[in-house]
Amino acid sequence: MLTVGGILLTKDLKHSRLVSAIGMGVQLILSFVLVYLYLKERASGNTAAMLFTYDALWFPTLNIHYALGVDGISVAMIALTGIVVFAGIFASWKVTYLPREFFISLIILASGVFGFFISIDLFTMFLFYELAVIPMYLLIGIWGSGPKEYSAMKLTLMLMAGSALLLVGLLGIYFFSSPDPSHLTFNLMQISKIRIPVEMQRFLFPFTFIGFGILGALFPFHTWSPDGHASAPTAVSMLHAGVLMKLGGYGAFRVAIFLMPEAAHEQAWIFLILTSISVVYGAFSAIVQTDLKYINAYSSVSHCGLVLFAVLMMNQTAMNGAIVQMISHGLMTALFFALIGMIYGRTHTRLINEMGGLMKVIPFLGVVYVIAGLASLGLPGFSGFVAEMIIFVGSFQHTDVFHRVITIVAASSIVITAVYILRVVGILLMGPIKNDHFLHLDDAKWYEKISTITLVLAITAIGMAPFWLTNMIDYSLAPIVEKLLSIQITSLF
Amino acid sequence: MNFSDILTMRHELMLTLLALVVLIIDLNLHNRDKHLIIPITLSLFFIDTLVGFLPADKSVLFGGMYRTNGLLVLMKNILNIGVLIILLQSVTWLKKEENREKISEYFILLFSTLIGMNFMISSGDFLMFYLGLELATIPVAALAAYTHHQTKSAEAGIKLLLTSALSSGILLFGISLIYGSTGSIYFDTITELYKNSPMQVLAFIFFFTGMAFKLSLVPFHLWTADVYEGAPINVTSYLSVISKGAAAFILIIVMFTVFNTIAPVYNHILYLIAIITMTVGNLFALRQKNMKRFLAFSSIAQAGFILLGILGGNVMGMTSVIYFVLVYIFSNLGAFGVVSAISTVTGKESMDDYDGLYATNPRLSLLMMLALFSLAGIPPVAGFFGKFFLFASAASAGYYWLVFIAVLNATISLYYYLLVVKAMFINKNETPLAYFKSDLATRVGLILSGIGIFILGFWSQIYEVINSLSFGIIH
Repeated sequence: MLTVGGILLTKDLKHSRLVSAIGMGVQLILSFVLVYLYLKERASGNTAAMLFTYDALWFPTLNIHYALGVDGISVAMIALTGIVVFAGIFASWKVTYLPREFFISLIILASGVFGFFISIDLFTMFLFYELAVIPMYLLIGIWGSGPKEYSAMKLTLMLMAGSALLLVGLLGIYFFSSPDPSHLTFNLMQISKIRIPVEMQRFLFPFTFIGFGILGALFPFHTWSPDGHASAPTAVSMLHAGVLMKLGGYGAFRVAIFLMPEAAHEQAWIFLILTSISVVYGAFSAIVQTDLKYINAYSSVSHCGLVLFAVLMMNQTAMNGAIVQMISHGLMTALFFALIGMIYGRTHTRLINEMGGLMKVIPFLGVVYVIAGLASLGLPGFSGFVAEMIIFVGSFQHTDVFHRVITIVAASSIVITAVYILRVVGILLMGPIKNDHFLHLDDAKWYEKISTITLVLAITAIGMAPFWLTNMIDYSLAPIVEKLLSIQITSLF
Repeated sequence: MNFSDILTMRHELMLTLLALVVLIIDLNLHNRDKHLIIPITLSLFFIDTLVGFLPADKSVLFGGMYRTNGLLVLMKNILNIGVLIILLQSVTWLKKEENREKISEYFILLFSTLIGMNFMISSGDFLMFYLGLELATIPVAALAAYTHHQTKSAEAGIKLLLTSALSSGILLFGISLIYGSTGSIYFDTITELYKNSPMQVLAFIFFFTGMAFKLSLVPFHLWTADVYEGAPINVTSYLSVISKGAAAFILIIVMFTVFNTIAPVYNHILYLIAIITMTVGNLFALRQKNMKRFLAFSSIAQAGFILLGILGGNVMGMTSVIYFVLVYIFSNLGAFGVVSAISTVTGKESMDDYDGLYATNPRLSLLMMLALFSLAGIPPVAGFFGKFFLFASAASAGYYWLVFIAVLNATISLYYYLLVVKAMFINKNETPLAYFKSDLATRVGLILSGIGIFILGFWSQIYEVINSLSFGIIH
């Protein structure tokens, strides 16, 4: 059976060789959409946990497989990636310096992300994780702006340090994946069926969770993110904030919590405190920034913190919310960064104080910016509302004081978010035009429209009809939560 | 013993023959035809490498002094391939006018050391081991001083000679203690008699110190950077790749067979030395501006990683070390090949000279980037797999913190590897190195290492073969 991964990866490679940016963009999205629809149809009848599995033995002595497969959650993430990559390619239509290398790196990055989401073998997963990180260095370093070399190096090294933690965690899981030393495995689904000894879990869980957490901008390991996003070229910011940071959230729950539930229950409180700091601190930081990209980067820290926060709540509703939030934030942030890139391309500044009244000269971009802002602050009708709603409802299902207090703290970020979003919209789009040059700005070009409209459509679609998405996730989430709950009960006695 | 038994020594015999043939050809060639030696030797050595791959039997010669089996043959083949690539990469340099008179010396000295290494790998007792060691070391010192009209090169030769004499002395002292306490120099007998008595532990420490000099483990690394910088670039790559690879092979064989019984004792030593070596090597590499010194310190750090596999102490550890060395040979030769090509054509060796290289020499830059990524352990190139298996084998013995420190070190190393990448791809330079086309041999050498860097990781059969062969050695 042909796999999703097979299709995606071969398509990618072929196109990067063809080097034609146009063909690449169009065909990429075609293959994603096709695969995506294909998946949707198939998911209706089959009850297996992982669909479209493909398994090839790679290193027999170590029992390393090249194992791929998808469930509702990864399908959702793949759809997100497909959309963001598509929009990202259109947003970077006008890359003039070394365009071929730019698109090749971008595609490698995207392949890493796709590969990560469809891996069910921890080795393959780790491989794709690192594969996704390293092109970032070149993308930011060569095509970035501002202190790009510093940011690129900081980002790469911090994420690699994260993968150092992760590697220890994964190797630990591997060597305790079976009581029989000759049947060790990296396969996620097989490991989930056994219990890793609790004392090992206590040791390995922080490694794994922080390892993924660094990518998910967990406080205090988030500092790579604002610098990285601010210096990156538009498409890379989109892809990075939109998708790559989700690798952290996805991995944290797929690997860390799913495989080591006992330790997750024991240590969740530490990380809940850290994540709620992320959420609130990120939002407050966003208020005081004056650079558009920094505002968004800190807002990403806040929103991604919310993802990890919800994952750690460890019940069905909150985890579902976490995944919806990943997708919703991925789309919103991508939209934001795309718009910022387009505005910057016209005004040549990203400082909000130097801009004003842009709504009058570039109404299309202005309106889309308002839409993105409203979605980000959680207005009903957009995806942000659905996600945050589910998360906080789920979190409040815990009856103890600690969880409730921390939920209230995290929920306060909604108000802070509204402050910085509305402030930016007010200064940037309304009011008098501060600079005469801005009077002659052109509105969005056709490729920019394609990029933004795709994202806006996706955001509103999820906002209006979230049920197909939540159902799909729920279905795949059920066995995971079941495992978590069963262990919670045993650990109580 | 009959003739077919002797043939099991074919690696050593062929190389000896080769060295003699080169010598004879050199005697009979007129001075202006000396460059003909290069193609002749290259093709002969290529045949030798191919012959090395013929299936080999397990056998023991000279009453246990010399032994061979599939794994040992594999190690020799790996070294052969590495040497072949180095020879290809040094053709342009050898053709230079100043080297014309001593082309054959280069080959003969190189082959002599290789013979020494092969004997070391195959040795069954400490006598043969020591003979091989000396044969492998002394000609290298002569090679380091190959361009003796340059002060630095002569200095490198002397330094190498003195440090290797010292380390050989220490090693020999260790061997004498081993003989004194067990009454034997045969590996098999010693294994049975080796216990934890203080003298035997001391003997091991002396022995290990001697080997640590060869592998340039910290704190026995001080000769490395100066020698690497002073020696001609191709000799440097030979030193850092082949010499080091052979030393790693031999160390792991001896550790796993002879000193197996005192593993609990030496694991503590290795643990500490691994951490110090990786960290010091990396921290010193951070500040290097000369590409040769840079690669020298990076190779010190890499040696630290090799110890992780030895700490694993099982089949997985052995496999991962051999696999890692194989990957390391290709990656490092890729990097050295580029440095060598640039240095031969333009004479520039500083990192600043690489600014903006991508604009003028994109292929060289790409290969350099891949090689450096491979050294840093970034997928999808082979280095990632090499490092991953090393870490896995250390983790299998429960050394999780060591693995963590090692991966952090890999991250540090990524920083300075990225500095070179940054120089080539990101830094702007108004006068970048002009485009040049390297000759056929260099290109073949570079392409070979490039292929190795790409294929080794995905081609899992290689790992499986090494693994199955390793089963024969340890249990």
